[in-house]
Amino acid sequence: MRARTTQSWPTDERLIAAERAAAAGPAWLAETRRQGLRIFRDAGVPHAKIEAWKYTGVNGLVGIGFDPHAPAPEVRIPPPPLAGLEDAYRVVFVNGRFAPLLSELDGLAEGVAVVPLTTAAADPPEAVRAHLGRVLDLDGMPFAALNAAFWTEGCLVTLDDGCTLSRPIHLVSIAAGGDAPTMFAPRTLVVFGRGARATIVESHLGTDGAPTFSNAVSEVVAAEGAVVEHYKQVQGCEADFHVGASAVSLGAGASYDGFALTLGGRLVRNETRVTLASPGAECRINGAYAAFGDSHVDNTTLIDHVAAGATSRETFMGVVGDSARGVFQGKTLVRAHAQKTDGHMLHKALLLSSGAEVDAKPELEIYADDVKCSHGATAGKLDETMLFYLLSRGIPRGQARRLLIEAFLAGALDEIRHANVREALRGALMKSIGDATRDLGCD
Amino acid sequence: METEPKTANELALGDTAYKYGFVTDIESELAPKGLDEDTVRFISAKKDEPDWMLEWRLRAYRHWTTMREPTWQKVNYPPIDYQDAYYYAAPKTKERLNSLDEVDPELLATYEKLGIPLREQEMLAGVAVDAVFDSVSVATTYKGKLEAMGVIFSPISEAVREHPELVRKYLGSVVPYSDNFFATLNAAVFSDGTFAYVPKGVRCPMELSTYFRINATQTGQFERTLIIAEEGSYVSYLEGCTAPMRDENQLHAAVVELVALDDAEIKYSTVQNWYPGDADGRGGIYNFVTKRGACRGRNSKILWTQVETGSAITWKYPSCILQGDGSVGEFYSVAITNNRQQADTGTKMIHIGRNTSSRIISKGISAGHADNTYRGLVRIQPKAEGARNYTRCDSLLIGDACGAHTVPYIETRNASAKVEHEATTSKISEDQLFYCLQRGLPEEEAVSLIVNGFCKEVLQTLPMEFAVEAQKLVGISLEGSVG
Repeated sequence: MRARTTQSWPTDERLIAAERAAAAGPAWLAETRRQGLRIFRDAGVPHAKIEAWKYTGVNGLVGIGFDPHAPAPEVRIPPPPLAGLEDAYRVVFVNGRFAPLLSELDGLAEGVAVVPLTTAAADPPEAVRAHLGRVLDLDGMPFAALNAAFWTEGCLVTLDDGCTLSRPIHLVSIAAGGDAPTMFAPRTLVVFGRGARATIVESHLGTDGAPTFSNAVSEVVAAEGAVVEHYKQVQGCEADFHVGASAVSLGAGASYDGFALTLGGRLVRNETRVTLASPGAECRINGAYAAFGDSHVDNTTLIDHVAAGATSRETFMGVVGDSARGVFQGKTLVRAHAQKTDGHMLHKALLLSSGAEVDAKPELEIYADDVKCSHGATAGKLDETMLFYLLSRGIPRGQARRLLIEAFLAGALDEIRHANVREALRGALMKSIGDATRDLGCD
Repeated sequence: METEPKTANELALGDTAYKYGFVTDIESELAPKGLDEDTVRFISAKKDEPDWMLEWRLRAYRHWTTMREPTWQKVNYPPIDYQDAYYYAAPKTKERLNSLDEVDPELLATYEKLGIPLREQEMLAGVAVDAVFDSVSVATTYKGKLEAMGVIFSPISEAVREHPELVRKYLGSVVPYSDNFFATLNAAVFSDGTFAYVPKGVRCPMELSTYFRINATQTGQFERTLIIAEEGSYVSYLEGCTAPMRDENQLHAAVVELVALDDAEIKYSTVQNWYPGDADGRGGIYNFVTKRGACRGRNSKILWTQVETGSAITWKYPSCILQGDGSVGEFYSVAITNNRQQADTGTKMIHIGRNTSSRIISKGISAGHADNTYRGLVRIQPKAEGARNYTRCDSLLIGDACGAHTVPYIETRNASAKVEHEATTSKISEDQLFYCLQRGLPEEEAVSLIVNGFCKEVLQTLPMEFAVEAQKLVGISLEGSVG
């Protein structure tokens, strides 16, 4: 039964059409598309027997006949910017298509380029040819392979050597649910020159309507000494699916600060892979999630220590209520010769109701001896003593619970280095929790 | 400790660390090589088994032929040819034995050499031993004294004949014959093992112990252990294992089932010292074992302690099914891999009942070119109100060519549960090593001391006699790993 579903999605006609479309583009791009298609065909749709998808089933997604050609409903009013990020450069995509009227790129500093990927691909600068599809290894990433085959539009951000950008670049992808289920595959490539510094914020938002499936891939390349801040917000509607993969490659002494905030969606999977291939590189991957209703939120990460003397830090915190499910799969891989590696990973989850579930798999795979690696994981309910403390001070139960949940997740948000982004995401989080716990009848 | 004469084998292999590598020259009776329904019938007939037992074995065998060998574990070995092995090997005896006096003196000498003097043990207070040699149990000590208290301690083949109602009720109730590839194989061809039954309210007056010895060549050992602790009873059980040094790999696929009823407690300790193979990874035992305990009763408790130093490959997850309200599962493990050894071991704690709690302490030490993986599952089922788990896994790396891995699975489906997991990986602290060296300890002794300190939390849960042996073993296993 399952096998049949998997084979029929996407339909063969669709795959053939994609193959044809691929052949029509530039030759170098056609090859990466064909490769993506080949890998997806070999791997098929993932299922529970595949270790990396043990806790996240996609039958719900496959069961919906998503159509990549469904016309995008028109979105005329720009989405309200994240409070606190009004000053950001903004690039907006609606169902994977560039929406220039909603975007705001005035006053872009010199040395920075933000262009739609199709425009860039037609006359590709070196950065695109050198890096597009090269950062993310598609092996074991069937959805990313599908993205490689199908992407129709995306965003290219390049920063020249030494370029420092103080205003964040905000990439907004709106999944506009129309009359029919829609799928699209956003693609992002960010290339940092030597010593460049910038903040990239990705927002994946949903609007009401038919289900949508956003199958995103972001690749980030940071040359020597670059300082990357890459934050992601996923806030879909009840019927929205989001499977996103981010791959990061860091040069010597480069640092990467990543954060994934997930606040809603039927199924959300954020998969991050960071390769520390040069000595002295440093990465921090953090995240927070609040899952309510029937939501399923999955954060899967791989930190690959290839070079010696690199540092990694990872903290994820989640709150799960109703019959939602939270999944965390973190893996720190220390290859032979990656001596003096310093790695730490932490996942903490709060369960708010009896139907909720949290599955964690924090993994260490270590082949070098002079290392310091550790991980921790906890799951539990709200601390009764803390709750009692607040109640005894006259704070109503609902508000007390909300305060404690917020305080719990705030611990993760504190890891975000960019102050404005931190406050903006905190605002989004508080609002979302406020709404969810009010629905729960906490007041 | 007395110095033992080196056996030809030891000298030939030039490896002095493994002192149990000798072969006993004793005539064996073997089943025809290979595995089919006739092999199963042969074993069952040898054991004089009732029909229901044969039926069960055949069901298992037929199911096994439909199964595929698992590949998810993090170990590598060439494919096993299941037709190229003997599934039954027994030292030839004339008649059934009535007392130790009738045991072949060659066998008694073997156990003496292994430090298990069966005869003296009858005199010394403390441990009742069931000695399993290849496929059969050769001697069980202290039977009389135990029987007086209602404790049944016998080879499982004997229990099948003498206590069929108990065996039938519990055999396969914790590890069903269809459980997994190796457990199913075991169900089809198991030849012997230990059966222990502790009646209601009885505190077993001594440690029960089984000593497993593989001797014959090209054989697999498939023993099956079943321990039942009735309401309010207590039993502590120990097992030890050794095998000769050979260039071939031998398969050891055991199944252990524990059942603890209301307020009962079972303590199960293992010191596993099968031949690990030589420094280049030739030979050694494949130790693919299924061990599972069911805490069926209220407030029952099962405690696993394992010290795994031997075997070319160790692959086992002693688990607890915490069914009864308030039941407790504990798992303490030291796994040491050196040279080319591989270990993928850990536990599963399945919380089903209310207020169940579990504790996991795992210490992995990896040296040489070895790979050591902790793999564990903690699952809190929706009805396990107030469940509690604490897990700590530490890994120590000695040398830059080995690997240490931690793969925990933590599944929480009850909001009132509290689950904590911690893991660390590091190498031996330079400071500690320097401190020891500077006080005149040789490097190997210093490493042994530090590693013993690292494992202390686990070793101290072992019964005293075993703890001493285990401490020595920790030092011996790591010989040649430094410098």
